[in-house]
Amino acid sequence: MCADVRLRDRFERGLAAPICLTWELTYACNLACTHCLSSSGSRDPRELSTSEATALIDEIAAMQIFYVNIGGGEPMIRRDFFELVEHAVAQRVGVKFSTNGTRIDAAAARRLAGIDYLDIQISIDGADATTSDKIRGRGSYDAARRAMDNLRAADFGQFKISVVMTRESVEQLDAFESLAATYGAELRLTRLRPSGRGVEVWNELHPTLEQNRRLYRWLLDRPNVLTGDSFFHLSALGSPLEGLNLCGAGRVVCLIDPIGDVYACPFVIHDEFLAGNVRDAGFNAVWSESELFRSLREPGNAGACSSCGSYDACRGGCMAAKFFTGLEMSDPDPECVFGHGEAALAAKAVAIRPASSSDHSKRVPVALSTR
Amino acid sequence: MTPETQFVDVVVIDAEVEELLIEEVSIDGLCGVY
Amino acid sequence: MSVTAIDAFDATRPWALSEQVSLRDESFGALAYHHVTRRLVFLKSRELVALVRRLAEFDSAEAAVTELIETDQRERYVAALASLAHSALLDVR
Repeated sequence: MCADVRLRDRFERGLAAPICLTWELTYACNLACTHCLSSSGSRDPRELSTSEATALIDEIAAMQIFYVNIGGGEPMIRRDFFELVEHAVAQRVGVKFSTNGTRIDAAAARRLAGIDYLDIQISIDGADATTSDKIRGRGSYDAARRAMDNLRAADFGQFKISVVMTRESVEQLDAFESLAATYGAELRLTRLRPSGRGVEVWNELHPTLEQNRRLYRWLLDRPNVLTGDSFFHLSALGSPLEGLNLCGAGRVVCLIDPIGDVYACPFVIHDEFLAGNVRDAGFNAVWSESELFRSLREPGNAGACSSCGSYDACRGGCMAAKFFTGLEMSDPDPECVFGHGEAALAAKAVAIRPASSSDHSKRVPVALSTR
Repeated sequence: MTPETQFVDVVVIDAEVEELLIEEVSIDGLCGVY
Repeated sequence: MSVTAIDAFDATRPWALSEQVSLRDESFGALAYHHVTRRLVFLKSRELVALVRRLAEFDSAEAAVTELIETDQRERYVAALASLAHSALLDVR
């Protein structure tokens, strides 16, 4: 279902607290996915401590934030991972954590199965090892499948399988559907954005317009497939897909990173979209008072899209996609279904792509160790 | 000869009534969460 | 909204907000989140929020609506309650 115009306008003016937020626990990761939106790899020494993290959870609960997506890097790498998750759910904060699955062995799966209000999302980038490992590294697909098998054996219940749509993975939609059906899992397909290391591979990996059209029709026929509302830029093609169909950054969602920095969303980890830090005066102060969020909550301006009849459907698309490809916020989305974004990029003599302000990548080849 | 036009009573469930008061979406339907 | 859902809502029974739901006030009304279904519901009027919060004080939904809602709005609010019940936000006490 899509939101009616008045409600979308209301949300663009901000809420008392986020509805859902992403909290990256650590920049440490045992993989080195080529498109990593958070440029993860090495732990940041300034990471929030266990007591700081616990206090943050208490604040999240007090603000009645309903749902937290715990990510990273690889969140299960943190020694206090289970302690933090269990603390959150004990206060009835719904938790989803996003993982590569390498740490979900049989024992971990059993422990996870015993936790209430918990969703698990396992990431893959292809329906087979050949496709997925190109992005995530050798052995990563098999590790993810083992995690799924372990969760099933432990009777965890329904988990999510999450795939970012690339030029390759978008040709495997039916295979993903079958894979999810095998486990009784929910399938989640999301948009590749040129964020973090994603900017380095975006040109070659983002779906073509024709692929986006096919993806849109496939999704329209399957309202049960989750998308995280990440394809609202395609809604100019016809009926809106499931979800609010609008950018939630700084309005209904945001990101808290491993060192307590608050960004508008996980896809804009860059100084331009940095709202503040929880260590100054807590998270609520940043959410309610930051200048960045105040300005994001002002009514939008159509900019170059004002003459397009579809602006109301797509709202000019994704800020992250525009920012990291060197477009202005007032430009069309680089994947605008009418090609206006491509035209805008072509019209620029030089599209200067902003460099990441926060790069924790390990710039050496990473071998996946099996545990 | 053209058959007579038939008029049928159509009962329309007024969905507008609670659409103005209530709106529902999945917690996954918010953009900006991976 | 289906006819079945409206028919299924018995306003003569005592109702209450489900224990599985978190309700958070907002400027436009409230946000309700069902922890089991993972559905999010926007309640877009303050009157509806007050009604939902106070439902448990009344012996029936219709008594609550009669007490708290203007006459010409009652049918609308009963339909809203029916919709919330259909989405499992409300339980019979």
